[in-house]
Amino acid sequence: MYYLYSVTGLALLISIIIDRKKTLTAIKISYKKFINILPAFLTMLILASIVLFFVPDKMISNYLGNNDKFMGVILASLFGSITLMPGFIAFPLCGILLKKGVGYMVLSAFSTTLMMVGILTYPVEIEYFGVKVTIIRNVISFFIALIVALSIGFFFGELL
Amino acid sequence: MKMQNKHINALAISIYFVFIFSSFMIGFKPGKQIGHNFTFFSIEMLKLLPCAFILIGLFEVWVKKESVEKHLGKNSGAIGYMWVILLAGTTVGGLYVAFPVAYSLFKKGAKLSVIFTYIGASAICRIPMTIFESSFMGIKFSLIRLIVSIPLVILISVLLGNYLEKRNYRIMEGR
Repeated sequence: MYYLYSVTGLALLISIIIDRKKTLTAIKISYKKFINILPAFLTMLILASIVLFFVPDKMISNYLGNNDKFMGVILASLFGSITLMPGFIAFPLCGILLKKGVGYMVLSAFSTTLMMVGILTYPVEIEYFGVKVTIIRNVISFFIALIVALSIGFFFGELL
Repeated sequence: MKMQNKHINALAISIYFVFIFSSFMIGFKPGKQIGHNFTFFSIEMLKLLPCAFILIGLFEVWVKKESVEKHLGKNSGAIGYMWVILLAGTTVGGLYVAFPVAYSLFKKGAKLSVIFTYIGASAICRIPMTIFESSFMGIKFSLIRLIVSIPLVILISVLLGNYLEKRNYRIMEGR
C-alpha cells in the first residue's frame, strides 16, 4: 500500500516540476474518469456487501473443509468467483485452511478464481468491455483457474 | 433504453441506502452487517482508487501514443507481452483497477491481445500479492500457479484479441 502512495506522490511531484499545466490536465482527466466510473463502482460495492453477508468467510471455511477434494474444488471455484476479497484477507484465510488440512488444490481453486473471475466486478467491467466480452473473459478465466487447480493438485500429489 | 437503465440503477441504489439507514435506526442486524460490509469495501477501494486514477491521468498526459504503439501495438511482437506482464506485476488492487488502465492503453494504441494479457496478468501476477501469497502457501504453490497460468493467459488473449481485432471491437469508457 505504501509503495503506491510513494510512487504516486513522486510521479506527481516530478510531473509538477516539469510541467505544471500538463499536470493540472492530468488531474482533471483523473477526476473525470473517476467520476464517470463511480456509479459502476458503487454498484459493485453494494453487491459485494450483500454477497459477503450471505457468503461469509466462516461459511467458506466450513464448506471447503468438509468435502471430498473434487467437490471441494468445484465449491471453492464457485465461492472464489462470486466473492470479492482483498488479498490480505484471502491468503491468511487460505493459510488457516491449509493448516486445518484443506488441500492445496482446493485452495488454489479458491484463490485463483478469486483473482481472475469477477462476478462482482461485472458492473465495472461491462462499462469498458461490454457484456459479451466480459462474459467470455470470465468464463475462460474460470476454466484457466480450474486448470491451475488441477496442476497444483498434480504437483502436490493430491490428484491421484 | 440506456437512460431507463440508469434510472432503475439509481432507484436500486437509493433503496439500498434507505434499507441500510433504516436498519441502523431500528437495529436490524442483517442490514447493519451489510452496511458494515459496504463501509469495509468502500474504505479498501478508496485507499487505492485515487492513486490509481492519478497515475492513469499522468500516463495519459505524459506517455506518447507513438511509444505505446511501438512497444504494445500491432507490430510489437513477443516483447510487448513481456512489457505488459511487467506492468501488470506492479498493478495494485485487482481487476477493477486494471480495467481503466486497459482503456487508457487501448486509447494509446496498444493491441487487444496485449491488453487482454494485461488484464489477465494483473489478476494473477501482481508482485506484492504474489509475495504475500507465497508467505502463506509456500513458494512452490505460487510458482506452479504462475508457470501454468501465464502461458494460458497469453494464449487465450492472443486468440480473443485477434478475433475481436478482426471485428473492429473497441474498448469504451462508459457504454
